[in-house]
Amino acid sequence: MPSWIPTVKADDVEAEDVAPFTHGGTEYAIYRSPDDEYFASDGFCTHEAEMLCRGFVMGHEIECPRHNGRFDYRTGKALGAPVLVGLRTYPTRVVDGVVEIDLD
Amino acid sequence: MGRERLAQYALDSPAGRQALDSGLSGAQWFHSEVPRKRLKELMARSDGPAIRDTVIWVGLMVVCAAAGGVLWVHGHPWAAVPLLLVYGVLYGSGGDSRWHEAGHGTAFRTRWMDTAVYQLACFMMMRDPTAYRWGHTRHHTDTLIVGRDPEIQAMRPARLVRMLANLFGLYDVPVSLGKMLLHAAGRLTTDEADTIPEQERFRTYRTARLWSLVYAATLATAVVTSSWLPLLLVGGPRMYGTFMHIVYGLTQHAGLGENVLDHRLNTRSVRMNVVNRFLYWNMNFHVEHHMFPMVPYHRLPELHEQIKGDLAPMYPSIWAAYRELVPAVLRQLKDQSYYVRRDLPPGAAPYYEPAVAVPPSL
Ligand code: FES
Repeated sequence: MPSWIPTVKADDVEAEDVAPFTHGGTEYAIYRSPDDEYFASDGFCTHEAEMLCRGFVMGHEIECPRHNGRFDYRTGKALGAPVLVGLRTYPTRVVDGVVEIDLD
Repeated sequence: MGRERLAQYALDSPAGRQALDSGLSGAQWFHSEVPRKRLKELMARSDGPAIRDTVIWVGLMVVCAAAGGVLWVHGHPWAAVPLLLVYGVLYGSGGDSRWHEAGHGTAFRTRWMDTAVYQLACFMMMRDPTAYRWGHTRHHTDTLIVGRDPEIQAMRPARLVRMLANLFGLYDVPVSLGKMLLHAAGRLTTDEADTIPEQERFRTYRTARLWSLVYAATLATAVVTSSWLPLLLVGGPRMYGTFMHIVYGLTQHAGLGENVLDHRLNTRSVRMNVVNRFLYWNMNFHVEHHMFPMVPYHRLPELHEQIKGDLAPMYPSIWAAYRELVPAVLRQLKDQSYYVRRDLPPGAAPYYEPAVAVPPSL
């Protein structure tokens, strides 16, 4: 059973950028791709405790601000040292201009 | 006292464990406020500047090596010396900054270009690409945290003989070659075992085996041809051309704060001329680099302009930096609590010094 949670306004995330979202004390990262699709992942890097919302989105990759580790934010795949463990990702949809993520 | 304190720099030391336990290791660091839009502009990647610089760098090395080599084999070794010296400095000093920038993956926009330059520069500097990637990662997490940072050059007290010897690679090169043979045998040092994850170690062993073959072939060519030239072109520049990377590198952190969480307390930015900035790939903007490692080397001057209100003034020259760091390092031989602490300009964000950054028992 999906559990859709409203996060940020779709327009508040620029194309090719990332925004933070907190729910129940947990951090998430909401991405908008260059082709205006939305994606979501856990908010912290899997290498060390660094917030990905401070990172840099390039195409379909998010680069962590601390050691430049990169993930494909569409799948969560870790793209090489120093990130070796993938990110958990979440399905998204846009409803009435708000990005929702499915936490189930 | 000095000897005991030096032992604390080992990555398996009690100081390292205390730093982990106290939360000093892996803590959040101070960052100047930069509007997200501006930061995105500064972080933007492009291939152009690094392709241009790499063509000049490799092109000059090829020309100098070829011309120097021709003069050498035709019996004009003294005429070859200036050319080989330029080649050696580009190799043994320029290789250090290329290792650094390409290692961060920010020099180019295109990933394989970063990887290619990184692998080449690692070979030139005799740094295993995997071990040094993980070691440098730790340097960024725990900059100048005693017992955690594997890249501290000027310890307290400084190992002066080693530092001076390294102007010609006299310590680093034998150690690097020894590590290469250790890795080729499928083993790591204690410090490397502390930083390289299990699943990455095979890369270190594989690289060491390949490099051992390259150096063996170089040595064999030198013996067969009864000529020093092969060694002057491969491996040798890590000794006779490496002095500039030591000169630059010591300006980064020597004599500054340890166990702090604000790069303005443990890192220097130094103005350099265009030649030095080319060789050093703008790493003279070192505070800026540590605060925002995602900003490519060619945008660091703009980042400096953006955040300079928070920074003590840049040192006006390499000479000015050494006028400060040499007396500081000498004083630390006797007084290991001493470090240089600079005043921030009016209006700057104050130094970030949470209670956790109090040096644990040092
Ligand atoms: S904390 Fe993200 S790459 Fe290291």
